[in-house]
Amino acid sequence: MSILINKNTRVITQGITGKTGQFHTHTSREYANGQACFVAGVNPRKAGQDFEGIPIYGTVAEAKQQTGATVSVVYVPPAGAGAAMLEAVEADLDLVICITEGIPVKDMIELRHKMRSVNSRTLLLGPNCPGVITPDELKIGIMPGHIHKTGRIGVVSRSGTLTYEAVAQLTELGLGQSTAVGIGGDPVNGLKHIDVLKLFNEDENTDAVVMIGEIGGTDEEAAAVWAKDHMSKPVVGFIAGVTAPSGKRMGHAGAIISGGKGTADEKLEIMDASGISVTRDPSKMGVLLKSVL
Amino acid sequence: MKIHEYQAKEILQAYGVRTPKGVPCLSEAEAEAAALQLGGEVWVVKAQIHAGGRGKGGGVKVATSIADVKSAATSILGMQLITHQTGPDGQLVKRLLVEEGAQIEKELYVGMVVDRETQTVCLMASSEGGMDIEEVAASSPEKIHKVFIDPRQGLDRQQALKLAEEIGIPLGSTEKGADLFDGLYRAFVDKDASLAEINPMILTSNGDVLALDAKMNFDANALFRQPDIFDMRDLDEEDPAEIQASKFDLSYISLDGDIGCLVNGAGLAMATMDVIKLFGGEPANFLDVGGGATTEKVTEAFKIMLSNPNLKAILVNIFGGIMQCDVIAAGVVEAAKQVDLTVPLVVRMKGTNENSGKQILAESGLTIISSETMADAAQQVVVAARGVQ
Repeated sequence: MSILINKNTRVITQGITGKTGQFHTHTSREYANGQACFVAGVNPRKAGQDFEGIPIYGTVAEAKQQTGATVSVVYVPPAGAGAAMLEAVEADLDLVICITEGIPVKDMIELRHKMRSVNSRTLLLGPNCPGVITPDELKIGIMPGHIHKTGRIGVVSRSGTLTYEAVAQLTELGLGQSTAVGIGGDPVNGLKHIDVLKLFNEDENTDAVVMIGEIGGTDEEAAAVWAKDHMSKPVVGFIAGVTAPSGKRMGHAGAIISGGKGTADEKLEIMDASGISVTRDPSKMGVLLKSVL
Repeated sequence: MKIHEYQAKEILQAYGVRTPKGVPCLSEAEAEAAALQLGGEVWVVKAQIHAGGRGKGGGVKVATSIADVKSAATSILGMQLITHQTGPDGQLVKRLLVEEGAQIEKELYVGMVVDRETQTVCLMASSEGGMDIEEVAASSPEKIHKVFIDPRQGLDRQQALKLAEEIGIPLGSTEKGADLFDGLYRAFVDKDASLAEINPMILTSNGDVLALDAKMNFDANALFRQPDIFDMRDLDEEDPAEIQASKFDLSYISLDGDIGCLVNGAGLAMATMDVIKLFGGEPANFLDVGGGATTEKVTEAFKIMLSNPNLKAILVNIFGGIMQCDVIAAGVVEAAKQVDLTVPLVVRMKGTNENSGKQILAESGLTIISSETMADAAQQVVVAARGVQ
């Protein structure tokens, strides 16, 4: 009853020996089935050691072979994150989730090009994202687990705290989530809104979706246009940055209006025209979703 | 990160891009010496600021004598140059570029950006040089030709030659046009640029292809490996509040309104600005304190917001995830005490350790308006701001 991950997913932490990787692997393990799901870490210089009982391997390929893990989460610092993701792709994992913020765009262009040129089947989530959670089953990432509740609403967003905001509103209204997915705030990334909408559309345990976007790029527009003809479930949306000035990078590397393109108003208009109910009040995301059920 | 035209030209020259000869100058005397050194009969004196549209604003002057160069330098240096990109107050001109005049046969356009859809670098060129490319895109999009570059192969020579031809470079000069495209691409990739624009690129009367202007922006995430680019940063061109914020790893952008906001997370920070506007207020800033906000960071954030003379109220909006509400609450109380808070403060806290956070605020002895939802917090802060004269 979810997309991307569930309680049977087995996970490798890349960057498990760093402070961030350790902190979040620890807290993710404490959530639901985390203890059973986090089965391996990777660090070429610390192979043979362990973190809180999780064995550390020299490579992703070895970790996969030894544990059967099919998903990795990357906390490696920016300079090495591109190489870490590539290693996971080359190990042919199902899904790589990159939490790291601050990766040079050029590294992402090279990675995405390599993934396309070898026709990789690996899905990439992020970078610069909070991760993904299937409530009461498995949390992979940095989101606070306790605000989530198991249920039938899908959530997809480019922003971390704004996702938590939406999730908390849903939970307060008694609406649980099938899966909440953070696709990240970088301009060149893996899964986009459209890809996650497609997954939710096919998931028999998702009834409706909250789609949260922000200024910059045209991902939300592409998703909206696709949804108009293909989405069989209601979608509600919010776009952050109506008041953002043009040409300024609003925190996220990808949140910038350039050449007059990528404004919140433009996105809201196309979403609205595509049958997605939108709100301009971020405190009404949950209420809006409830109204379309 | 942005740099000046003269710096962009220096980078591009190292990649074989040809430009008019020029000398950056800081004074009238240097401008005069530069013109004498360059020789010739025509010079161009150009204001060096990070904004575009300098010519229309009076920041670019053609001189036909050394005396002209001097008077142009005098009039441009120290002026508040106002362009469509500077805002109403303009930008103080502290630097000039004095260049030899060029024999312009034709003005063309070339630009380079990261295309988010194809996830490649896109080379764009047009026969319509010297104009704002957004205007060309709106009025005659068929005049913009694009090449999406394969990152492993680099810019294909045949495509570059074809592009040169498509924008009207005559056959005898297409090799020179392709050379310029090639140099631009290599500079873009080697230096981790995020945007480059040569507008205009010119065809001279003797068939040369030159970059008459040059603009380059760089990926802030890559500056750790581009120390020579980082050294080109000109703090005179940046907002003092934003510089101060960057020292504390705070993501801050000054805006025109009077309600300060302190938020964790970029998306929530934008949404907070939006909801303030929705309820009739105007945000004074964007501020993301990030995931690891300490008391020191929160205190600094308060100081930066309070340094804005227009500030009438502050809204703190925190969704505690990994960051715990009680830690932030302690930071807010400490900061408010240190900075002598003179404006109303509205705090909305949600998430991890929410109750103990609220308790810390309530017991602090500070006048804090506490709020449950974003909408309520925004309404409260708008009312509070109106009450301050």
